[in-house]
Amino acid sequence: MSLFQYEFMLRALMGALVIGLAAPALGIYLVQRRLALIGDGIGHVALTGVGAGLLFGTSPVIMAVIAAVIGAVTIELIRERGRTSGDLALALLFYGGIAGGVVLVGLSDSTSANLNAYLFGALTTTSPTDLVTIAVLGVAVLITMIALRPALFAVCQDEEYARVSGLPVRALNLLLAVTTAITVTIAMRAVGVLLISALMVVPVATAQQVTRGFRATMAAAMALGLFAAGAGIWLAAVADTAPGASVVVLAIASFVVVTLLAAGWRRIRRTRPEPEPAPEPHEVVLGGS
Amino acid sequence: MTPEVITVTHGVVGYDGRPVLRDVSLTVSAGEVVAILGANGSGKSTLIRAVLGLVPLSSGSVTLFGEPASRFRQWHRIGYVPQRLGAGSGVPATVAEVVASGRLARRGVLRPPGRADRAAVAEALRAVGLADRAKDPVATLSGGQQQRTLIARALAGRPELLVLDEPTAGVDAASQEAFAEALRAFVDGGGTVLLVAHELGPLQPLISRAVVVHQGLIAHDGAVPEPAGHHAAPDHDHVHPHCPEEPAGLWGTP
Repeated sequence: MSLFQYEFMLRALMGALVIGLAAPALGIYLVQRRLALIGDGIGHVALTGVGAGLLFGTSPVIMAVIAAVIGAVTIELIRERGRTSGDLALALLFYGGIAGGVVLVGLSDSTSANLNAYLFGALTTTSPTDLVTIAVLGVAVLITMIALRPALFAVCQDEEYARVSGLPVRALNLLLAVTTAITVTIAMRAVGVLLISALMVVPVATAQQVTRGFRATMAAAMALGLFAAGAGIWLAAVADTAPGASVVVLAIASFVVVTLLAAGWRRIRRTRPEPEPAPEPHEVVLGGS
Repeated sequence: MTPEVITVTHGVVGYDGRPVLRDVSLTVSAGEVVAILGANGSGKSTLIRAVLGLVPLSSGSVTLFGEPASRFRQWHRIGYVPQRLGAGSGVPATVAEVVASGRLARRGVLRPPGRADRAAVAEALRAVGLADRAKDPVATLSGGQQQRTLIARALAGRPELLVLDEPTAGVDAASQEAFAEALRAFVDGGGTVLLVAHELGPLQPLISRAVVVHQGLIAHDGAVPEPAGHHAAPDHDHVHPHCPEEPAGLWGTP
C-alpha cells in the first residue's frame, strides 16, 4: 500500500471515494425513472463544454458544468412534453455534444492526450483544487439526494401522484437534472465521459438483486460504489491499470458475483421445504359467484 | 346546505383536437359518495383527471373546496388513488415506503418524516388489511394488494376527499371486500368520495349518487342505474380490453 504515500495517489483515492458514494445515490433515481443512460448523454454534452474550455483557455471543468446543466435541463424539458420526437431530440443533443467537443478540442492547441483525459478519466492528475471542487460538489449532491429522498422517490415512482400531492414536481425534476449534470462533470475527472453511467447505474443494479426496499437499495448501492472506487484505485496502483476503467470493471465484477450468489441462494431456498404461505384468494370477478 | 367539495362547470377536454369531454357540469358535496360510470372511452377517467388538474380544460372551470383549481394549494385535503402503481419501478420499494409518499402532501418536501408520519402509515396499512406486508416489496404483492397499497397511500395523508380511478378493476374478491371496508370507514368518518368504476360490486351500498358519462356528456345523474344487457348476467366475465373506441351504449339512455 506504499503507493498511497504519494500525494497524487491519495488525492485520486479521495476523489474516487467521493464520486463512488455520490454517483449511485443519484443514479438510483435515474434507474427508478428508467433513465439509466441519461448520464451518458449528459456526459456527451459536457464534452462540448470541455472543448470550449480548452479552446478559449478557461477552466474546462467549469465550462463542462455549464454545458451539462444546459443539456440536462433541455433534456428534462423535452421529456416533460412527452413527445415521441423527444427521442430524436435526445439523439441530436447527444451526438451534437460529442461531435462539438471533438471539433472544439481539435481547434484548440490541446493534444489528443488531453481529450483522452476527459473521455476515459485522469484521476491521477487530480490537483488539490480539483479535489476541493470534487469534494464540495460531491457532498452537495449526496446531501441533496439523501435529504430529499421521500420527495424524489415519490416523483420518480409516480409523477402524477406527486403532482396531486402538491409537490413541486417540475422543480424537483429540474433539480434532478442539474445534480445529474454536476455529478457527471465531477465523475468525468474520475472515470471519463464514456464510463460515467456505469458508476451511477451498476451499483444500483447490483444492490437491487438482494434488497427489498428503496432505502436499503440506496444504502447498499452507495456502499458498493464506495467499494468499487476504493478497490479500483488500489488495483490501478498495484497493477498499473487505468484507474477509471478499473473502478468500472470492479463495479461490474461485483454485479456478476452478487447476481450469481443471489441466484444460488434462491435455488437453495427453493429446494428446502418451506412452510406453505396462506393461499391467495383466487382472482375472481364480482357478481361471478 | 353542505359545502361543495368539487364543482365542474361546462368542462371541455380534448386530446389533440379530439373532444373527450364535451360540456360536463358536476357538483360533489361534502359527505357524498359519487360513482362515475360509463363504458371504456366514455371520458369518465378524463373527468376525474381534469378535476385533479392532470389534464387541462380547454374551456369551463373546476373548483376544489370552493377555490378555483388554479389557485388551490391545500392538496393534503385530497387523496388520489390511480388505476395502478406508477410505471417507475425496477428499483424495489417496500409497501411502507410507497404508503409513506402519502404523507408528503401534509409534510412538504423538506421536513423529514417523524413519529406522526410513521403512525399514519401504520394506521393506513391496518385500514386496508396490509399491516403484515409493510416490509415486503410491492412487486411481490398481488394486483389487488397493490391496489390496496395505493389506497393506503391516499389514506395516510388523512384526506377529506378521496378520488379513485377504477379501484376495483381486476382486483380479487378478498381485496374488493377489504377495499369496501376501508372506504366505508372513511365515509363514516365524514369523508367525501369520487370514484370511477366499471362496475360497483361490493361498493354498491356505499354509493349515494351515480353519474353516467356517455360520449363525453353526462347522461345520467342520480340513483345508481340497474345494470343492463350482458352486464346484468350473474356470470358476466369482465375482461374486455381497455380500448378507447369501444362502441358506446352499454348503459343505454337515462
